Amino acid sequence: MKPQAFDYARPDSAAEAVALLADAGEDARILAGGQSLMAVLNLRLAQPSVLIDISRVPDLDYVRSEAGVLAIGAAATQGSVEWRPGLATEVPLLAQAFPHISHFQIRNRGTVCGSVAHADPSAELPLCLLALGGQVVLRSRSGRRSVAADDFFQGMLMTARRPDELVEEVRYPLAESGMRYAFEEFAGRHGDFAICAVAAVVRPDGIRLAVGGVSDRPRLKSWGCLSRADLDAAINDFAWELGAKDDHHASAKFRRQLVRHLGRTAIDRAMS
Amino acid sequence: MKTYQKNDVVRIALVLNGQRRSGTCEPRTLLSDFLRHELGATGTHVGCEHGVCGACTVTIDGVASRTCLSLAVQAEGRSIETVEGLNRGQEPGQNRLSDLQEAFRRNHALQCGFCTAGILMSCADYLVRKPDPSEQEVREMLSGHLCRCTGYTNIVKAVLETAAARLGRPVAATPEADKPGHAGVGAAEQARLVNA
Repeated sequence: MKPQAFDYARPDSAAEAVALLADAGEDARILAGGQSLMAVLNLRLAQPSVLIDISRVPDLDYVRSEAGVLAIGAAATQGSVEWRPGLATEVPLLAQAFPHISHFQIRNRGTVCGSVAHADPSAELPLCLLALGGQVVLRSRSGRRSVAADDFFQGMLMTARRPDELVEEVRYPLAESGMRYAFEEFAGRHGDFAICAVAAVVRPDGIRLAVGGVSDRPRLKSWGCLSRADLDAAINDFAWELGAKDDHHASAKFRRQLVRHLGRTAIDRAMS
Repeated sequence: MKTYQKNDVVRIALVLNGQRRSGTCEPRTLLSDFLRHELGATGTHVGCEHGVCGACTVTIDGVASRTCLSLAVQAEGRSIETVEGLNRGQEPGQNRLSDLQEAFRRNHALQCGFCTAGILMSCADYLVRKPDPSEQEVREMLSGHLCRCTGYTNIVKAVLETAAARLGRPVAATPEADKPGHAGVGAAEQARLVNA
């Protein structure tokens, strides 16, 4: 239960961090909050040769509301977003999701960008980013690019990030008038990994429903205005499309039922 | 920029419970092991070593965090508070418990005590940020800690009682709990158990 030996670097700026990442190659890992990575290292499921610790990089530690988005830097902790006054009006979906994200002690240190970069299929922050149509800013030595959440998440712990890129910032769109949001989750115990989590965004002309914990990545579906019966049928189709599998937490059948139940509950709550 | 090679022996200085301390470690040494083995601060317990149980929680610059999910080198220059520092600020010679610890004792909020140091440090941070939490909020905060003895009820009571006392609100009288023996066990029952 101790990590294998590694070299450790603590850059002072984002530019230094991406330069280190480019030089170190694929065997390097970015260490931010470490709330997933350190557990993985302790269990020796990963044995990187270099850790690049960005947790103290001042120009990555920010949360800003600007240009219609909540921009969150790579060193900003989940706690710093969760305890932000006004989050419930800025990004109501995030305010609803935070209590489900692991525990107080983990959110104190875990980062938002780290959770997005890790891309656990049951994680809440990637799910919310997808539901809201957010962006991921990737930075390498040669420049920056912005990737839509829908293109960023590609599979189980797999993303569009190239090995020399740092997830520098994630952008959650701010709430718009006329839009309603709801988050629902089922887990074995409070704070455990979601067996199924859903985020619903309801606007006057349609519905977006994102589901986590069922497929190999968070998945999104959009519909126009549907009758109640048509919506139930659409959610049922979506539940089957997700390709749920049996595992030691839950059966595929149970997961499909959770998608139907939580999906309907979230949409109803958003509309009410 | 700071860089350490994997086999380096690194000297780390930090502030532990208000005192400047230093010790040596490797880059891969966990903060939990550094505190216990290098600095001798064995009040912080180590349970699962992958962030699930919460026993190793301390505050780092005032923020409750798992030390098994932090490297000692990351704590360089930081201010760490552990259970050993909870009752600081007393007259010399006094050795009283802090109000939080006293509430835990009064409510029998621990039995074996393995998880307690971590829970106390979480509460120390939480009650500063949330001075008047609801029972539900306390339970959510405590969900980051595993306690296999108490069933949490008495821990929740102790935390709520501490919050109320700090706000100057009258605390519900718990006369039974102040008597010797098991909280919630009346004197007659206690005598019967002892004599049995």
